[in-house]
Amino acid sequence: MALYRNLSIRQKQIVWAWTFLAVPVVFYVVIRFYPTGTAIMISFQEWNLLGARTWTGFDNYIKLWNDPVFWKVFRNTFAYLLIGTPLSLVLSFLIAYHLDQVRFMHGFMRMLYFLPFMTSAVAMAWVWRWFYQAVPIGLFNNILAGFGIAQIEFLNSTTNALPAVLAPAVWAGLGFQVIIFMAGIRAIPTSYYEAARIDGVGWWTILTQITLPLLRPTIVFIVVFSSIGFLRIFDHVFNMTTNNPGGPLNATKPMVLMIYDTAFNSFDMGYAAAQTVVLFTILLCVSLIQLRLLRST
Amino acid sequence: MSSAEAVRATSSALLDKKFAPANRNMAQTLRWLVLFAGGVLMVMPIAYMISTSLKWPHEVYNVNLIPDEPTLDNYLFVLEDGRFYMWFINSGIIATLTTISNLLFDSLVGYTLCKFRFPGRTLVFVAILSTLMIPTEMLVIPWYLMSQSFGWLDSYWGIMFPGLMTGFGTFLMKQFFESVPDDFIEAARIDGLNELQIWWTVAMPLVKPALAALAIFVFLGNWTAFLWPLIVTNSTEMYTIPVGLSGFGDEADVAWELIMTGAAISTIPTLIVFLIFQRFIIRGVVMAGLKG
Repeated sequence: MALYRNLSIRQKQIVWAWTFLAVPVVFYVVIRFYPTGTAIMISFQEWNLLGARTWTGFDNYIKLWNDPVFWKVFRNTFAYLLIGTPLSLVLSFLIAYHLDQVRFMHGFMRMLYFLPFMTSAVAMAWVWRWFYQAVPIGLFNNILAGFGIAQIEFLNSTTNALPAVLAPAVWAGLGFQVIIFMAGIRAIPTSYYEAARIDGVGWWTILTQITLPLLRPTIVFIVVFSSIGFLRIFDHVFNMTTNNPGGPLNATKPMVLMIYDTAFNSFDMGYAAAQTVVLFTILLCVSLIQLRLLRST
Repeated sequence: MSSAEAVRATSSALLDKKFAPANRNMAQTLRWLVLFAGGVLMVMPIAYMISTSLKWPHEVYNVNLIPDEPTLDNYLFVLEDGRFYMWFINSGIIATLTTISNLLFDSLVGYTLCKFRFPGRTLVFVAILSTLMIPTEMLVIPWYLMSQSFGWLDSYWGIMFPGLMTGFGTFLMKQFFESVPDDFIEAARIDGLNELQIWWTVAMPLVKPALAALAIFVFLGNWTAFLWPLIVTNSTEMYTIPVGLSGFGDEADVAWELIMTGAAISTIPTLIVFLIFQRFIIRGVVMAGLKG
């Protein structure tokens, strides 16, 4: 104690700061950084959890490169990203742009759009799975049948299954993006719009010359946020295809599901770890590209 | 007439010239109707989930939204079964404890990084920020191995430990502590409070909205978390509600109205919380989204 009292104010601050940080620093090292290193290390090993761990160099990565399932999964993951991100971006902007100009029951309408964001992915995956069932179970096909329209195979079709799984993921994320867009739109100074009106500029010019350029940071944020979400899609796929995870014929299988299968059903830890390293690299590249786009303004 | 008013008058006159008032009202009404229809469509899955959970088995495959004879039978059946009750409690405890841990540690670290000058500050900040780039999916294998060797598998602690602190929460809180004036802290220091007291009694009350936003995010995230609880639990008693629901739905003989009831049980609490604190939660989401 006497030792502490003799310290200068600055030195006391250092002691306090490191006291506060001691537990968290241990946490981040043990629960975040050390496991990251372990994952990378295991990716160079062959290990089935029971036997010995043997170093195999780049074997897991070579196996991955030559694995047709991996390339299927890779294409699926990017299909989720390349359909999901633009679709939810455009939809949420359209909704936010118009909702912003609605005065009557504004709060209520906003609530309707935001509510799905508060649901759990697992619960909603099961609800949508029920919607997609064939007659006489599924809601969608029952409605189609009511109009005398031909049935649609949703989850059993290799072509329709991926969009069908993606739909609830887009649906659930939309509300969040609408709210963020509305905040972005509100943050644009009204003086710009007034100036434009005085000049007699049309709404299209206002949208493309004022609103969209000034929303650029918001757009980049939403694109980064939803891209990362779609690249990591798992809950929806797993729960909508539990009878044959990622099926039919791997048509819906994303990378995270392949990782889960390899690690916790086949117990091929080294191979699974290599897949996680690849996923990590993809996520890193996507975020860095998009952050660069943000900076370049 | 001030110049601002003149501007407004001219601009509205210009607008009126462009669109006749009748047309404008028509356009506004149309916009409202389309948005309203879209909004109703958005809540349809939730509405159908609740509606089906209130239907008798013979009515389940009717497309009508309002049940002919609403019943709570499905809820009674599911609760009597006992498992959902257990999973609900598990999820509640885990989400609550994790939220408390995040509120304490993320704000303490955020505060320290924001208000203290000490060697290693930038290093710690960059290190914590960089954890945002490490996806959970990459860590689940090492976490599983770690849990296995320490005997954490299939326990509350095993489910909770990875999320006790987050880089996102730390970064969010650091941003918000920027708005706490240094003078307040200096004044408290002169009054003889120690640093721990200053953080708890002076700084924390000033960032309550941020704490609430963080609490909502962490709680919702843990209430709905699926991948890690699925991996780390293996006995029915330890399942969280999403893991339990997933297995429940997979039992082939379970009827859809019971699955919908389970889904409703897992969703309704967060919906109720949202309806009560709506304005507040939306503001929190915007704050967290834009600052975090």
